[in-house]
Amino acid sequence: MTSNFTVKRRDILKMMGVGAVASTASGLLVLGDISSAQAAPMPKRGGKLRAASANSSVSDTLDPAKGSNSGDYIRQFMFYSGLTELSAKMRAEPALAESFDSPDGITWTFRLRKGVTFHDGKALTAQDVVFSLARHKLPETGSQAKVLADQFAQINAVDAHTVQIVLVAPNVDLPSILGTSPFLIVQDGTKDFSKGIGTGPFKCKSFTPARSTVGVRNPNFWKPGKPYLDEVELLGLTDASARLNGLLAGDLQLVASVQPSDAVRLKQSKKHAILETKSGMYTDLIVRVDQAPGNNADFVDAMRYLQPREQIVKTALHGYGTVANDHPVPPWHPYYAANLPQRPYDLERAKFHVKKGKLQGLGGDLVCSEPIDGSVEGAQLLQQAGNQVGLKLNVRRVPYDGYWSQHWMKHPMSYGSINPRPTLDMLFSQFYYSSARWNESGWKNAQFDQLLVASRGETDDAKRKKMYGDMQVLIAEHCGTIVPAFISFLDGYDRRVKGLESNPMGMLMGYRFAEFVWLEA
Amino acid sequence: MNRYVLKMVGRRICVGLLTLLAVSALIFFMTNLLPGDAAQVALGQSATPETVAALRRQFGLDQPVVFRFFSWLAGLATGNFGISYASGVPVRTIVGDRIVNSLTLAAVTTAVSVPIALIVGIVSAIYRGSRLDRVLGILTMSVVAVPEFLVASLAVMLFAVKLHWVSALSFSADTSTLTGFLKAYILPVMVLCFVVMAQMVRMTRAALINQLDSAYIEMAMLKGLRLRRVVLTHAMPNVVGPVANAMALSLSYLLGGVIIVETIFSYPGLASTFVDAVSNRDLPVVQFCVLFFSVCFLLLLLIADIFTIVFNPKLRKS
Repeated sequence: MTSNFTVKRRDILKMMGVGAVASTASGLLVLGDISSAQAAPMPKRGGKLRAASANSSVSDTLDPAKGSNSGDYIRQFMFYSGLTELSAKMRAEPALAESFDSPDGITWTFRLRKGVTFHDGKALTAQDVVFSLARHKLPETGSQAKVLADQFAQINAVDAHTVQIVLVAPNVDLPSILGTSPFLIVQDGTKDFSKGIGTGPFKCKSFTPARSTVGVRNPNFWKPGKPYLDEVELLGLTDASARLNGLLAGDLQLVASVQPSDAVRLKQSKKHAILETKSGMYTDLIVRVDQAPGNNADFVDAMRYLQPREQIVKTALHGYGTVANDHPVPPWHPYYAANLPQRPYDLERAKFHVKKGKLQGLGGDLVCSEPIDGSVEGAQLLQQAGNQVGLKLNVRRVPYDGYWSQHWMKHPMSYGSINPRPTLDMLFSQFYYSSARWNESGWKNAQFDQLLVASRGETDDAKRKKMYGDMQVLIAEHCGTIVPAFISFLDGYDRRVKGLESNPMGMLMGYRFAEFVWLEA
Repeated sequence: MNRYVLKMVGRRICVGLLTLLAVSALIFFMTNLLPGDAAQVALGQSATPETVAALRRQFGLDQPVVFRFFSWLAGLATGNFGISYASGVPVRTIVGDRIVNSLTLAAVTTAVSVPIALIVGIVSAIYRGSRLDRVLGILTMSVVAVPEFLVASLAVMLFAVKLHWVSALSFSADTSTLTGFLKAYILPVMVLCFVVMAQMVRMTRAALINQLDSAYIEMAMLKGLRLRRVVLTHAMPNVVGPVANAMALSLSYLLGGVIIVETIFSYPGLASTFVDAVSNRDLPVVQFCVLFFSVCFLLLLLIADIFTIVFNPKLRKS
């Protein structure tokens, strides 16, 4: 049985109109499945699919703790499964754990599915889960998820199929966090990750970093009937036109990260199509509020009214994006603050703030870099808008190499790029909490911190939504990060590939396409 | 081969080793000047002070720079190229098949471009000033003037995307059969030939014309020798020196300078590994690539010099 609030949360989600959710009144969690309720054609079994990811280098890895980009995530979801998985409705569904509950958000019990085996035949036990989760806490693991794992106070195997996790503080989002790629389950004691021994839909046939990963169907996969493909090859092609040409020439059937400007070429082809995934990914203008000119609230307000949001979506993103309202929560999110009016592009109000704050002639460099989607175009548009209200803004392009360590958050004004997070708590904790290391604009707000900590243990969903709404208002009105638009993920595919759908967790069905797609002959 | 050549080769090898040492030291310290290190790059946005410190300890980056350079040298002396920071596997494993790929691409390109360049150069020299010479001149010049990324992109668009004659990704073809091999290599080799040939053609033509204007050729012609014989047996040996040097310079580009071609055709060679390694601050791999490129460059120059000496009686006898 699951605890009460899980049921409530699901009912709320249903009311939010996020589609038909498979749930029962008794609160039994039904095995989630991304495939839609529409009459879909029967999946076909067999065939080999070649896909290309956009990130690839010799640091490609099969170690979930070290995965750092979309290529790694896709590769790892081919071979491993997690305790939970994140559905297209942004919910944590049972996966290797057939049920999970917590009375207080602090002590969690995960009951493992029985009869699951690793690719080498070993049965999955609680010990594997304990090992997989505990290793993130050790600094020498070099885990990307160390900060998240630090909230695990204890991880215990209660019996062979039950794991208990005690947190340092309540976090009702734990199941969602455990559905992300770092927390995929590996075998107890694994030191060499190059074999990719997991419980996932494919077995690793070969893995060459910076080149290709080949998986063959795992006949003992714990989801009956899945996967459909006999073989998946994932190539790493960092050059966008090489990916597109490979797709158009018929060498590839599926490619990640199509440039918006190239989408036109794909549209002209009768044999290909585009998968647009509306996501919470965004490029934000960071105005440091702890130094001039951002420490003057009027300056930040003026910059907000100067954001040509619609134009950024139309020109920089070629329409593949959504206007944002200066906070990181996209409009389709269940916790979106619908009561906060959309901030317009308004030169008059910007002028008013420039006058009020005596800011004429002030401004400075907008530090941007070409690979950060929309940052250069956004800065150029902003510079022109600034000229019209008496602000002197200057576009400063810097090379992308070393951007995150040298430039990001290091100037009075710079651009950031934030990937979607599975939960708002992660997003707010990592980027807006006063003492967060990535608090991009140096914004400190006691009220926000209080709300955030309280929301982690709030089991009443309506109250929780209200708290998140209040936090969004605080960010949009007072924080120095200005979010003009959300960026859609664009993937290209051969029309013979069936079963593809969008999942807001990430490109290519939340990085998990291999499990779901099939090929029409 | 005589004593003189052997002595020259011996001297060259000694100087070459010193050059390699200087180059590798220079690159090592320059890479260290770049902002950020391997640990920061590996952790990217998610770096925390403690994970960065732990990774630095793992990589040995907490040691002083000079100490690291000398321990790398010591490893080199025992034939150990070190462990890649970015992937944790020996450098040898990473670069192994990529060296083979790069050398294959360079060898095929050489085999195609050198004969063509020689023939075009000789023909232009013999018929200098004629319409044929002018057409050949314009052709070679225009081919080298168009940037390679444009040629490569257009070639992929036309032959792979539109006509489906070849694969857009050169490594996806099966190279064990002749047709497969041709499909994989024809486009990158064509683009690279465009890049390297012009220099060789112009040098051959200029050097040969220089010889054809000299008195001994006039004498040979007056004696009634056939043109082909005059060119091939009298003039050519004296042209070998400058031409071999021009070729060595052109061909050295094929190993380290083909990053654009490797990217557009997704060809897994060493140049892209090198660029990746620099952006990952993966010093062991950077160092290996630099050494490899330098050795190849010095070898090519050495071969060119040997040719010059062997074909030059004056040098042979001195």
